[in-house]
Amino acid sequence: MTATTLEVGTELPALQLPPISRTTLALFAGASGDHNPIHVDLDVAKSAGLDDVFAHGMLSMAYLGRALTGWFPQRQVRSFGVRFAAITPVHGQPTCTGKVTSVEDGLATLELVVTLADGTTTLVGDAVVSLD
Amino acid sequence: MALDTSVIGTEMPSISATMERGRLRAFAKATGQNEPTYVDLDAATAAGHRDLPVPPSFLFGIELEAPDPFEWLAELGVDLRFVLHGEQRFDYHRMAYAGEELTATSRIEDVYSKRGGALDFIVKKTAVTDTDGGPVADLTTVIVVRNPEVTA
Repeated sequence: MTATTLEVGTELPALQLPPISRTTLALFAGASGDHNPIHVDLDVAKSAGLDDVFAHGMLSMAYLGRALTGWFPQRQVRSFGVRFAAITPVHGQPTCTGKVTSVEDGLATLELVVTLADGTTTLVGDAVVSLD
Repeated sequence: MALDTSVIGTEMPSISATMERGRLRAFAKATGQNEPTYVDLDAATAAGHRDLPVPPSFLFGIELEAPDPFEWLAELGVDLRFVLHGEQRFDYHRMAYAGEELTATSRIEDVYSKRGGALDFIVKKTAVTDTDGGPVADLTTVIVVRNPEVTA
């Protein structure tokens, strides 16, 4: 995308993900290097008082990263940050959205949000991308 | 359990890891990334990259390549089962590519409690550098520790 097509308030195309399966959690544990058993081992989750495992926050951040690099070439991404607002349960179905909140000096700031199908906001964040 | 604030400023041992194509493809598969640039070397080079690009959040995993990556939390007295990831930030200096050896060096920047000690927060800053010592990215991680025995 170029500066001419972006203005404050522009909403970027949403990235809708399928429900997160236990297989996805296992694959992500191995691929990301985060082997914390709370995400893949039901026994461990129950021992911590939880009903089930939950997704790695970084899986949702990786989905947002996919959205971001789908909107802009990665070389234009200057910063990318999120706050994890709620746990994503297994079978949760995330959607990543982005909106332009400022455009100045060749940089666009984006507001990023991940929500689940039930309306829960799981991640809120921002990214700065260069427009040259 | 309130964390000991004397750990603020603690530098952690550097961890180095080579960005491997196979691992990047596994990450793409795990995250449903089908964009050829991230999985196919010819597509990546056709797009002007010198190898498969390391995607934006992947650098978080460098430190997880340590033999016991959560040892530093255990040393703080933290039970891994009660750890949540609070915030994560990346400030990029340049893109990274498959084949590069990158080094992550972290420092505990801050430790504080909220809700009467029901939640502890650990802020960690990590510099990711290349083999020449050049900056690749700066990471900020906020870890939240739930203390279920504390009722605020």
